[in-house]
Amino acid sequence: MKMVSAVIKPFKLDDVREALSEIGVQGITVTEVKGFGRQKGHTELYRGAEYVVDFLPKVRVDAAVSSDIVEQVVEAISSAAQTGKIGDGKIFVTSIEQVVRIRTGETGTEAL
Amino acid sequence: MEELLNSTAADVTQLKYALDTFYFLVCGALVMWMAAGFAMLEAGLVRAKNTTEILTKNIALYAISCIMYLVCGYAIMYGGEYLLSGITGDGFTGAEEPATYAPSADFFFQVVFVATAMSIVSGAVAERMKLWAFLAFAVVMTGFIYPMEGSWTWGGNAVFGMYNLGDLGFSDFAGSGIVHMAGAAAALAGVLVLGARKGKYTKDGGVAAIPGANLPLATLGTFVLWLGWFGFNGGSVLATSDVENSNAVAVVFMNTNAAAAGGVVAALITARMLFGKADLTMALNGALAGLVAITAEPSTPTALQATLFGAIGGVLVVFSILSLDKMKIDDPVGAISVHGVVGLLGLLLVPVTNDGSSFSGQIIGALTIFGWVFVTSMIVWLAIKAVMGVRVSEEEEYEGVDISECGMEAYPEFTSAK
Repeated sequence: MKMVSAVIKPFKLDDVREALSEIGVQGITVTEVKGFGRQKGHTELYRGAEYVVDFLPKVRVDAAVSSDIVEQVVEAISSAAQTGKIGDGKIFVTSIEQVVRIRTGETGTEAL
Repeated sequence: MEELLNSTAADVTQLKYALDTFYFLVCGALVMWMAAGFAMLEAGLVRAKNTTEILTKNIALYAISCIMYLVCGYAIMYGGEYLLSGITGDGFTGAEEPATYAPSADFFFQVVFVATAMSIVSGAVAERMKLWAFLAFAVVMTGFIYPMEGSWTWGGNAVFGMYNLGDLGFSDFAGSGIVHMAGAAAALAGVLVLGARKGKYTKDGGVAAIPGANLPLATLGTFVLWLGWFGFNGGSVLATSDVENSNAVAVVFMNTNAAAAGGVVAALITARMLFGKADLTMALNGALAGLVAITAEPSTPTALQATLFGAIGGVLVVFSILSLDKMKIDDPVGAISVHGVVGLLGLLLVPVTNDGSSFSGQIIGALTIFGWVFVTSMIVWLAIKAVMGVRVSEEEEYEGVDISECGMEAYPEFTSAK
């Protein structure tokens, strides 16, 4: 079982959600985050005082999936979230030790 | 036949009294609504962690103003007895000189102006003042400091028996100086005693931006103030039940609106030229600056003049805000600039369209009001500082005064029952 975490541009969330639905991923968790990669920030003025906008709003999509479809999931997110412009984001894949469905107590791949 | 004429005439007189009273009360209610405007404007321009405290300050100062003015302020300003014990319910029946509106309406209209003057201070000292220190100051400002200068202006009394501002040609229709510049003078004294927010001014002379947490609220607050100002200036005509006064009221509404519009556009363009982009907060301050600029004389200018006066206020307020920051005077909402600097402008614009006033009268009046309010406020702030301190600790300021002064977050998340 793998956790696929993608940090993407906020307006791409709907596209990613649809793409994941299409390949059968049944549940995701979404968080609003801020971040930057190699894309640097810029300065703006507030009432004449300069401030740096370093952290850009992004959305983080977490999907726990079974290991056999990981490559498809990564590919789906990648194509849906891509714009070709700087700041598209990154996808991280980590291993999950255990998954539990709280309502029924199911564990492992049954719980995905 | 004669009886019928007489009774009709008596009815008309009663009707005029009723209409003027009604008008006065509605205008007073509109000015009360400005308290909501100030609360929203300030809440929108401070950080989230300081929102509850500024809202508490705003509603509390309004209530304190009403009570202190009732206890002694009104008596100091207009004569009469403390605790309003002498106020008659009926100004008309059997009176030698019948009033044109109910006496309690006079108190009601006046008391909401006191609250307006006081609320100007709360924005300037935001994010680092102890709540109860502020409220203690409010008691003295609304019960004594404001009523004293009010008594020398609208009250018509001589300044400590020395000179009479009205005789010298001083004119301030709805209070650019008496209310707005006075509030700003108290605010300036407070800010000087208090000091700037931590991190606002860096050692190398830089100014850090501390953006407000809720611009929709700030904008709503500005619109609410704009609406309330129709009562502020409109009600200061004091009557509407005859042709002359209704015409004056209409002109005042029209000019008040025009000045605000001029202020917005001028401030927006100025910000665009200086910063390269539109600055909403400057546009909001511009609207208020326009309103303050016309408040000293909204009835004699033409609509175009009113727009231009507002525009001058809009340009002036932007430069004033930047200048105060250069002087390291930290004013999170621009209150000193909007109400003080432009309040003075408002006073000086009066002789341009009103022959009954003079520049010398306006200047003497401005110096009197500013001098009195600034000096007495400074004394009170320093006294409060000695007794209980005015500033929260560095850690409390970092955590946010919502927690330290109110124990309550404005936008709570992750709270749980015990």
